[in-house]
Amino acid sequence: MGRCAVSMQLEARHISYRYGKDRPWILRDVDLTVRAGERVALVGPSGYGKSTLAKILAGYIQPEEGEVLWDGRPLPKKGSCPVQMISQHPEKAVDPRWKMARIVNEGWQVDGQTLQDMGIEREWLKRWPSELSGGELQRFCIARVLGPGTKFLICDEISTMLDVITQAQIWQKVLEAAKKGHLGMIVVTHNMALAEKVCEKIIELPALTAR
Amino acid sequence: MDRKRIQWNTRTKILVYMVLALIYLAGILVWGLLMDPEAYAVDYSVKFLPPGAGHLFGTDFMGRDMLLRCVKGLSTSIVIGVIASVVSSFIALAAGVAAAVVGGKLDSFVNWCVDLCMGMPHLVLLLLISFMLGRGMKGVMVGVALTHWPELTRIVRAEVLQIRSEQYVQAAYRLGKSRMQVAREHILPHVLPVYLIGVILLFPHAIMHEASITFLGFGLSAEEPAIGVILSESMKHIATGKWWLALFPGIMLLAAIMLFDRIGEDLKRLWNPDSGNE
Repeated sequence: MGRCAVSMQLEARHISYRYGKDRPWILRDVDLTVRAGERVALVGPSGYGKSTLAKILAGYIQPEEGEVLWDGRPLPKKGSCPVQMISQHPEKAVDPRWKMARIVNEGWQVDGQTLQDMGIEREWLKRWPSELSGGELQRFCIARVLGPGTKFLICDEISTMLDVITQAQIWQKVLEAAKKGHLGMIVVTHNMALAEKVCEKIIELPALTAR
Repeated sequence: MDRKRIQWNTRTKILVYMVLALIYLAGILVWGLLMDPEAYAVDYSVKFLPPGAGHLFGTDFMGRDMLLRCVKGLSTSIVIGVIASVVSSFIALAAGVAAAVVGGKLDSFVNWCVDLCMGMPHLVLLLLISFMLGRGMKGVMVGVALTHWPELTRIVRAEVLQIRSEQYVQAAYRLGKSRMQVAREHILPHVLPVYLIGVILLFPHAIMHEASITFLGFGLSAEEPAIGVILSESMKHIATGKWWLALFPGIMLLAAIMLFDRIGEDLKRLWNPDSGNE
């Protein structure tokens, strides 16, 4: 995975991470480059650091060594981030004290077209998060990060807890949105079939000998 | 909320109940504060009267009216309770937030102080402080105020720590929210209810402890009308059948404490998003 000269790309350079100074390395010297519009799957067994890498790439946690570059520069610490993550647990990603309308508009004023594309019914906007199902909440979480500033999506097992039909629906909508906005994507999954279906390239995280 | 058909939902019922409880407590407080000490003056011609039309709660060994003494005593207790819980809660808020936000050495220090205070029997600490400050109103107030912060500090610290690492708070930062916005929109609305409920639930504790140390003779002095004083005096006469000296003051103290407790529990239900809309 050499460095490309193309400007709009998400680049991870020599990323290393561990949870605590005396714990084993979860990620060691990971390099990864994904261009805008490209879709890459990250696969590997549980505990290999897929989700950790996803969080580092989206700027949720800082790597112990190495850096994440978007468009050649480090991810911005303030303001809206061009790299957005959609997580495995939508019910944890929304404030239980906010109504859905406020949640979905937190980053940008979501337009009617996006709501329609995501299959969000108007009536849901007046509800509390506890009054919606996981699949319904996940649609809100996706709509929330599709703002004009978003150039890259990191999908961390976003459909694992959904039934097969909802999974298919959600993926169809995410892919449509990605095509529309020419978004790059990193898809973290256990599901090889899904990875092959959705992505152009598959990367397996190696096991670390130290583990 | 249709008042005409009397189909109140839980929220309305709780609100009505809370208003009634507040009226009762505020009534006792104001009545006691404005009361003329002459009203419960010594009158040996009417000592040890059982409860009756003239003296609803009876009279004591000096012929003082028990109802008025109780109200006066309870209002003193409420004042001490309010001041003590306000001071305690400020200490708790400052220490809890600082520990959670700054972390490291300060966090360890705050935790150490909390463990230190909680490791000692509460009443003993209270007695020592009150005794050191020469008993009386000042001793009790400082004692109660300085010993009720550890639990609340723990709660505030845990809440702030938990919410800071919540995924939706992290997501809010990535969606472009500033630290201040996140603190105001996500963290404060989450911590504030827990904190306020903690403060309200401190009242009954503070009142109880004020009464306890006074009862044990380390608090308010004997000539001041206080529930603790009244109860400890009644112990001398209860063996001779003067039951009203202990019963009514005891019931009034219990009622005040249970009302505060109930207000706290109700607020908890109202503010909790899972039960707030029942």
